[in-house]
Amino acid sequence: MSSVVLITIISLSLLGIIAALILYFVAQKFKVYEDPRIDQVEEALPGANCGGCGFAGCRNFAEAIVKSDTFDGLNCPVGGGETMAKIAEILDRKVPEVEPRVAVVRCNGTPEHRKKTSEYNGALNCTIANSLYTGESDCPYGCLGLGECVDACDFNAMYMDSETGLPVIIDDNCVACGACVKACPRNIIELRKKARKDRKIYVSCVNEDKGGPARKACKVACIGCGKCEKVCNYDAITISNNLAFIDSDKCVFCRKCVPVCPTGAILELNFPPRKTAKKEQEEKVKA
Amino acid sequence: MLKTFPKGGVHPPENKISAAAGIDVLPLPEQVTIPISQHLGAPAEPAVAKGDTVKAGQIIATSKGFVSANIHSSVSGKVFKVDKAVDASGYKKMSVIIKVEGDEWLDTIDTGNEHKKDITLNSEEIIRKCAENGIVGMGGATFPSHVKLSIPPGKHCDVLIINGVECEPYLTSDHRLMLERTGELVTGISILMKALKVERAMIGIENNKTDAIERLREFTSGIDGISVHALKVKYPQGGEKQLIKALIKREVPSGGLPVDVGTVVHNVGTAYAVYEAVQLNKPLVERVVTVTGKELEKPVNVLARIGTPVSNLIEFAGGLPDNTAKIVNGGPMMGKALANLSVPVTKGTSGLIVFREEEARRKETGPCIRCGKCITACAMGLEPYLLMSLTEKGMHERSEKEKIMDCMECGSCSYICPANRPLLDYIRLGKATVGKMIKERKQK
Amino acid sequence: MNKLLTVSPSPHEYSKESTPKLMYGVVIALAPALLATIWFFGWAALLVTSVSVISCVIFEYLIQKFILKKEPSIKDGSAIVTGLLLAFCLPTNLPLGLVILGSLVAIGVGKMTFGGLGNNPFNPALVGRVFLFLSFPVQMTTWPVPKGFNTSFSDAITGATPLSVLNENYEKMPVDQIMNDPELSMPGYSKLFWGEMGGSLGEIAAFALILGLAYMLIRKIITWHIPVSILLTVAVFTGILWLANPEANADPLYHLMTGGLLLGAIYMATDYVSSPMSKKGMIIYGVGIGIITVLIRRFGAYPEGVQFAILIMNAFTPLINNYIKPSRFGEEVKNG
Repeated sequence: MSSVVLITIISLSLLGIIAALILYFVAQKFKVYEDPRIDQVEEALPGANCGGCGFAGCRNFAEAIVKSDTFDGLNCPVGGGETMAKIAEILDRKVPEVEPRVAVVRCNGTPEHRKKTSEYNGALNCTIANSLYTGESDCPYGCLGLGECVDACDFNAMYMDSETGLPVIIDDNCVACGACVKACPRNIIELRKKARKDRKIYVSCVNEDKGGPARKACKVACIGCGKCEKVCNYDAITISNNLAFIDSDKCVFCRKCVPVCPTGAILELNFPPRKTAKKEQEEKVKA
Repeated sequence: MLKTFPKGGVHPPENKISAAAGIDVLPLPEQVTIPISQHLGAPAEPAVAKGDTVKAGQIIATSKGFVSANIHSSVSGKVFKVDKAVDASGYKKMSVIIKVEGDEWLDTIDTGNEHKKDITLNSEEIIRKCAENGIVGMGGATFPSHVKLSIPPGKHCDVLIINGVECEPYLTSDHRLMLERTGELVTGISILMKALKVERAMIGIENNKTDAIERLREFTSGIDGISVHALKVKYPQGGEKQLIKALIKREVPSGGLPVDVGTVVHNVGTAYAVYEAVQLNKPLVERVVTVTGKELEKPVNVLARIGTPVSNLIEFAGGLPDNTAKIVNGGPMMGKALANLSVPVTKGTSGLIVFREEEARRKETGPCIRCGKCITACAMGLEPYLLMSLTEKGMHERSEKEKIMDCMECGSCSYICPANRPLLDYIRLGKATVGKMIKERKQK
Repeated sequence: MNKLLTVSPSPHEYSKESTPKLMYGVVIALAPALLATIWFFGWAALLVTSVSVISCVIFEYLIQKFILKKEPSIKDGSAIVTGLLLAFCLPTNLPLGLVILGSLVAIGVGKMTFGGLGNNPFNPALVGRVFLFLSFPVQMTTWPVPKGFNTSFSDAITGATPLSVLNENYEKMPVDQIMNDPELSMPGYSKLFWGEMGGSLGEIAAFALILGLAYMLIRKIITWHIPVSILLTVAVFTGILWLANPEANADPLYHLMTGGLLLGAIYMATDYVSSPMSKKGMIIYGVGIGIITVLIRRFGAYPEGVQFAILIMNAFTPLINNYIKPSRFGEEVKNG
């Protein structure tokens, strides 16, 4: 009896040793040198593999950032400054300055603003609808409302508002990875600089048609009249292709452009109710 | 045994309601909207400006580059404006809008009804005439005909195939043309043969148009080299590659053109347009359009000027019935649904189909049950179910390997799917993405 | 016209075919076999079938509604087909509790764990049947003697399908002796054809199953590729064995008409979801099932191998789908 136990123990141990030896030599033979910092950087990244940095996944981003000497064009929008600081520490480099951004949907074509002129009855996919025709309204630029951006969002930061038929962004969840920007076939979503208290001023329209047809398609379309451009003291507003654009890097949130817009295409969000002109002046000085 | 193509295919209900309706000439509209891009290839460049007076047949936009086509005014009148207007694609495209005044044609155009049989021009002159007169493929793809007629160096063509298949349900415009303009059509075929320098032409017609087959046989009986072939009714036989396979048993290689297997295919409508262009010097400014639908008061085939609003044609056919829910420009399998009735008839408009409510909407989509019916139906030997799911998952490299670019978007897979899956919708999306990928790769 | 126009991508014409129609087509094709089995086994056959179908449908509904939390899709008829097929490979005298358990395994494990219709790698009915067969071998191999509406379950005999008799006696005596032995009372071809033999509910009446096949082929519910390739392979393979040694092997026709081969080849192997999708793939799959069936029948421990053969080939289906492609148009250029 004892001999059976002994033989079992010995033979199994021998087997184990032989296997270990083989594994050791194979591992030695096929060893590939890898910068250990790649693992460290990957560890520091959020690990969402969202592709917001432009790479296929966090590992690829880590490889690229270790290989490169600078942080030029390399940023993890999800992790933000904190993560980048950690990476800088690992790589012994200077921390890059990156401003947090947030996605904004530049279309306000709710059913009451934008008349429905047909009924779409195809695959529920914006790109397919976009290649087919203008969509359920006459606006060839506006949101198609089929939610491809929402599907693309990995951070639960978007949902479709069933009443307006437009996507809504939850600012707190948005990490500005840009997945929705890429998903939208009509280029409606933009990443804008994140402001204090999630305040936003932007032209909620991307219609490049002339005033007449744009207005006909949607009541709150930007008609490219240029009134906002004139009133802006900070060169933040430019007009091209019959469309105004407010540069979020230059805008100081003075809100002067909002009331002059004849169609109400410029939206101001998360602001307190308007104060008197004098107080507004003070606000501007502070800003 | 009737000839047909061996792989795939479906047989939707034929619904050729307007087959007995002779070709009527549509009254002139008040205003025409002529898009400057009615063909595959580069859009033409406008050659007129607001306020210009034009005559019917006058060039209003000149072709840009080889693969492009001239655009002619289809009416006489004054240019109202040159601006963007909605066309059948649903998007706004640059168009020339002309207010109609009278009906005056250019002097160089023979507007008589006499059948001119003698072909005096040689091959190059014929091709030039086609290019000058803006002839494009009338079967729907609107590929400039002069490009197809110019055999590239190193290639050779020994047989011309004339496509009288009209495999799309509902449509009857080619059918009526074959019946009513038979003589001119046969002359057109002879012209095309001369242009291509071939001795043989084969006309393929599906066997649901026996009258057209008989009539064409009668007209071609004395002519050497032209033969008429009855084909089994099966969609998509009107696809170039399928028709070539059915008639001469040659298989156009993947990614290749018919000329790679020594043939060129032209539609009967194109052959007729070529006759007019070469013998009468008449540009492509009008075409036969089928206006049909199950509830339509008077399904018709009309000869309409290019640029006529679709609403005029529907009015001519008795107006829209109350339960209209969808209007399709083209055939029911490959045509485009219209959102707007002010869009114009273009060179590629073969028909307008008015669908009732019960026919208009798709049925609810279910999960794929892997029945394989889409594979059986695919005339190109593809796996539509796989291409759809690869596209959904964004695996475009793989779908390129699975030959997604070979898909000709005939719609047989979506037609046959028992779970009503939008197969073609996604395959089209996949094709667009893969097409972009290939382009980018070439640029690198 | 006062409503908005509908716009959708082409095509705008759709065939009348739909998933429920296909599923109910299979149900109709199974009807003759059900009638035949009621004729031979009495109302008990109907009872087993109804219990199986109803419990499959209820389990599908409950799982979709309360576990997967999605819109129940029992109307598509796929659960009915699963229930019918499961019942068809059970003995008539199986306790009803086991029938319900089998349905639960078929729907719950065989189908819903993979995501429901369209995603299951194995034929759900067969998963249920094999589960019962391995867990309750005695109950599953006790068949009553067919006596029509007078069938009493007390005179049930054990393991009395023709194939199991053969399997037990191969070693003992030559095949023609087994066939003619009065004690073993092997059914002849006409009994096999009309269904007067011991066996599971649906596997007995060859004529009824062939009738169903004809219906499904005419309605284009299935194509000929799978059933024909299975039956041909079995016929050829057993034919070779028989010609080589007629003493130790039953003839091909006997093999074709027994042991649920027809039921398996016509209804189980052709299950859309778990069979290959291209014609070439279907033939490879059918040949594989045929070979494995004969191997199990003749050389394995079980007298009947169709079900295992189908499940094994089900596992190969994704592989076949991946590697066996339909011939693409214009792939090989044959000009002439």
